[in-house]
Amino acid sequence: MDNLLSIVTFIPAVAALIMAVFLRGDDEAARKNAKWIALFATSATFVVSLFILAGFDRNNTDFQMVEETTWLMGLQYKMGVDGISILFVMLATFMMPLVIAASWNVETRVKEYMIAFLMLETLMLGVFMALDLVLFYVFFEAGLIPMFLIIGIWGGANRIYASFKFFLYTFLGSVLMLIAMVAMFADAGTTDIAKLLVHEFSYGSFDLLGIHVVGGMQTLMFLAFFASFAVKMPMWPVHTWLPDAHVQAPTAGSVVLAAILLKMGGYGFLRFSLPMFPVGSDVLAPTVLWMSAIAIVYTSLVALVQQDMKKLIAYSSVAHMGFVTMGIFAANQQGIDGAIFQMISHGFISGALFLCVGVIYDRMHTREIDAYGGLVNRMPAYAMIFMFFTMANVGLPGTSGFVGEFLTLIAVFKVNTWVAAVATSGVIFSAAYALWLYRRVVMGDLIKESLKSITDMGTRERVIFAPLVVMTILLGVYPALVLDIIGPSVTALVTNYETALAAADAVSQAASQ
Amino acid sequence: MELTVLFAPLIGSLLCGFGWRFVGETAAQWIATGSLFLAAFLSWIIFLSFDGVTEQIHILRWIESGSLSTDWAIRLDRLTAIMLVVITSVSSLVHLYSFGYMADDPQWKDGESYKPRFFAYLSFFTFAMLMLVTSDNLIQMFFGWEGVGVASYLLIGFYYRKPSANAAAIKAFVVNRIGDFGFALGIFGIYMLTDSVKFDDIFAAMPALAEMSITFLWADWNAANLLAILLFIGAMGKSAQLILHTWLPDAMEGPTPVSALIHAATMVTAGVFLMCRMSPLLEFAPQATMFITVLGATTAFFAATVGLVQTDIKRVIAYSTCSQLGYMFVAVGVGMYSAAMFHLFTHAFFKAMLFLGAGSVIHAMHHEQDMNNYGALRKKIPWTFRAMMLGTLAITGVGIPFSYDMFGFPIGFAGFVSKDAIIESAFAGGSSYGFWMLVIAAAMTSFYSWRLMFMTFYGEARGDKHTHDHAHESPMVMLIPLGVLSLGAIFAGMLWFKPFFGHADQVATFYGIPYAEEGAHGDDHGEAKADDHGTDDDHGEAKADDHAKDDGKKAKHHYVFTGKPGEGALYIAPDNHVLEDAHAVPKWVKASPFIAMFGGFLMAMWFYIWNPTLPARLAENQRPLYLFLKNKWYIDELYDFLFVNPAKALGRFLWKRGDGQVIDGTLNGVAMGIIPFFTKLAGRAQSGYIFTYAFAMVIGIAVLVTWMTMSGGAH
Repeated sequence: MDNLLSIVTFIPAVAALIMAVFLRGDDEAARKNAKWIALFATSATFVVSLFILAGFDRNNTDFQMVEETTWLMGLQYKMGVDGISILFVMLATFMMPLVIAASWNVETRVKEYMIAFLMLETLMLGVFMALDLVLFYVFFEAGLIPMFLIIGIWGGANRIYASFKFFLYTFLGSVLMLIAMVAMFADAGTTDIAKLLVHEFSYGSFDLLGIHVVGGMQTLMFLAFFASFAVKMPMWPVHTWLPDAHVQAPTAGSVVLAAILLKMGGYGFLRFSLPMFPVGSDVLAPTVLWMSAIAIVYTSLVALVQQDMKKLIAYSSVAHMGFVTMGIFAANQQGIDGAIFQMISHGFISGALFLCVGVIYDRMHTREIDAYGGLVNRMPAYAMIFMFFTMANVGLPGTSGFVGEFLTLIAVFKVNTWVAAVATSGVIFSAAYALWLYRRVVMGDLIKESLKSITDMGTRERVIFAPLVVMTILLGVYPALVLDIIGPSVTALVTNYETALAAADAVSQAASQ
Repeated sequence: MELTVLFAPLIGSLLCGFGWRFVGETAAQWIATGSLFLAAFLSWIIFLSFDGVTEQIHILRWIESGSLSTDWAIRLDRLTAIMLVVITSVSSLVHLYSFGYMADDPQWKDGESYKPRFFAYLSFFTFAMLMLVTSDNLIQMFFGWEGVGVASYLLIGFYYRKPSANAAAIKAFVVNRIGDFGFALGIFGIYMLTDSVKFDDIFAAMPALAEMSITFLWADWNAANLLAILLFIGAMGKSAQLILHTWLPDAMEGPTPVSALIHAATMVTAGVFLMCRMSPLLEFAPQATMFITVLGATTAFFAATVGLVQTDIKRVIAYSTCSQLGYMFVAVGVGMYSAAMFHLFTHAFFKAMLFLGAGSVIHAMHHEQDMNNYGALRKKIPWTFRAMMLGTLAITGVGIPFSYDMFGFPIGFAGFVSKDAIIESAFAGGSSYGFWMLVIAAAMTSFYSWRLMFMTFYGEARGDKHTHDHAHESPMVMLIPLGVLSLGAIFAGMLWFKPFFGHADQVATFYGIPYAEEGAHGDDHGEAKADDHGTDDDHGEAKADDHAKDDGKKAKHHYVFTGKPGEGALYIAPDNHVLEDAHAVPKWVKASPFIAMFGGFLMAMWFYIWNPTLPARLAENQRPLYLFLKNKWYIDELYDFLFVNPAKALGRFLWKRGDGQVIDGTLNGVAMGIIPFFTKLAGRAQSGYIFTYAFAMVIGIAVLVTWMTMSGGAH
């Protein structure tokens, strides 16, 4: 199958198209059909994507299963995966059927809802597989639209504000990236990512508007990309769109946002910033490390005082993404291994936590922590699942949450012990806010009249959680499943990075003599 | 066999926790208990037949990234073997005991199934604890470390309807995490310097580490000292040492069997185990060990003072645990790891028994825990009384002073033997602060332990008359564990004195440490052989030692430890003579713990038997001091003031000001200005029109991209 990647990418889009064209009416049958078509399409995508995994040669650090054709106006359509990207593809295809299943209770505009999610899947997969700058940009930006719609149409009371905030933040960040992309094309004469990866962008320092720019063009381009990816991650201090977006988004939207969309930022750093602008990365890495450490402590403290469950988990997400950026810019094997692992693991765990909120939101239609209490009395299965993912979220060894945190911390300790110490203190705060949330929602006696008749999770809900539980334990106990796949590519990335830095160092030393 | 020991509790836990719906509650409980007894049985076989040679068993790959490589694996050496016995023995007995104790718990409504959950948690805890002690690398140890933390959290909060239990559970977890913070940094540092987290590699690198310096935070440190301190912070959290001790008394909110298993016998000793495991590091970290000694001694003293005035029976024992752990750390600090392990070993038996005894009292008194409402229970619950009496004799250290010098083996209860070993080591190790603090603490230990006995079993019945009338002896399932543990409380010290605290050759053989003869002793000890428990053997050797003593001072250093770091279960540097010096301390030093114990006993008699009105009057006269002790030196209040409230205030400040005003307000003022404009549009247009806008944006982007790319290419 030469077009495996494209097939995987466009199955959801085709399903969306079929739905849009053939599915008429808004009666019960049509809704049901829409749901089943979406579930079938996403499941099929997952199954087919397993062939990517099966056919992947883990010792080959080049792009694999590459497809290349000409697109409109002479642009290039090029797709491929390597050790860095393949697991993001798998994460996305794995999560989407669960997301659809979690949306089974949607009532309004079911067809449009499913179309939006299917389109979103195609665009997300495209981001992780695109090997052409323009193609990447199109997928990256177009992905905003379905998410924007999901929040704006199926969101909560304040959805319009949240959706625009989401859109503008991410969009404004992207404009800078676009400019940098244009500059890259001007410099390298190609938009092919594989070629750009081996192109050396100039790093001679120069003065710009009276500011001495160390690392020259590379630093500027790094900053431009950084603006986009940092917002997407999101990194402190441009994270404030995320809690609002999460709070207003429907459950499934939150899950996709947390589990997959946020990872585009981290993926971008690994695909573009670090390998293409090594000198720029090196110049700014200390700053980024500090921003990450601050993010971890800052957002953990903020999470401590939240009244809204989703907001709390959203802030916790920001803290966990802090570990990711920290690992990436520690720029060594453990750091990047840990960052990728953390992103995958966070996909399962935060996705599951948002689903946990969804379970009780579906029943009580409120996210206020104070509206709950003592759920364990009537929902023992729910209490157990929520406990499990709470513990995974605080990075308990044996769950996947530990491996990523641990690797990134051990990596950054080698680079900067201050950052490591500040970030490690995050383990204390995360325990505090997560258990405090759990206590207020689940523990205690069931006193509130409104909760007296609440029901435990049904079969559908249990089935949704089951694969997430399995993955969280599996990766926690046997992380080699992930590390074996990403390891060689990460090694290559780190080696290239260090070689480039050494070369740049040699040049600057020669120049100074 | 090791694998069975390790995984039987896990399987038992899973079967019990998830399978009880299919097999019924009682069967599920028996599955968990049975698998624990199996593990205990096999553990004793391992312990008794262990020959001192370290074994490694590989199970599965774990985290591998670059040069970092970790496996799930078992490292079986003497330290592990000791811990296996302690953990599985106490755990299996606690399982059995829980059949009785948890039978009809008033916390639960009729028809609620809480028992399988309780047993599953207990078994899971045991599994995590076993993972901790069998680990062959620091990360798996951390797994066990956190795993027991979670089990402890779940069990402290077992009565989830009680707000105080929930608060205590969170406190335990979070305070432990503060310790873990240090532990984790220690692991990071060790990995950075030795490029490994496996014990074998780390230990081998230790001599080099002592010469290295490491830049950590604001200064350069000696690597060995810094890493030892960081790991010790972890130990402080888990073992409830001063500063991080606050969670332990609150943890008494959990059911009493939990307190016996987790918060007395096993989990809280994990810190001591960690320090002993890292003996190759500590031997090269003189400043760190000095710190450990001082902190341990201070904790022993502090906790004992607080224990003097508590009236909740479990809290008294909890502070006593805290204090006894301080003893163990003093032993670690002066380089007598074996004495620390000895006290850990004996303490597990008598402290578990005291807790289970207290549980039996509480059970008899319908879950009344305030000793002010006890009294005169001696006749009502005679077997519990006898067990508690044995436990008290053990913890206060009753025995015949100088019996070792006179007869060649010590005569006394378990606590007498092991506690004296530590106090003598503290003196021999040159820590007079440690020595005096421990002696004073021994007096207070005796006082509060006897106070507990007198208030509970003697005097007049106080409190609710109805409760007293219906006080009843506990069922056999609760009394049998007490009986078994009381054997340990009586004999554990005498039986295992030689291997833990005998002469260097005996200790070295026990731990599998190579040793060499020094001087002209004729016996052939070239082959290290196991003499774990064989009392006959000990008698024989004791005689030989007596002869050696006759030779005078020259005989004292007959054997020296010659192991390199990593050889054997402990590393004792060649210049570490504390063991032999401890046997040769002056007579008054050997007598001092006994005198302290007896003084404490007399004081307790005076206060609670001869002159029962005295305590109340004293509390009245010395109000500030009384309140100071009663409120545990106000440390909880201090922490709330210093850390908890500021953290919350800071969180609120960052959220409202930081996120709300600074970031959303100024940084993105422009964006925020635009949003209302769009919102107005959208609000007017209804959501259906959003499609239109959205598609307009797509087209906009596409046009932009195309134009940019084209014009970019024109350059």
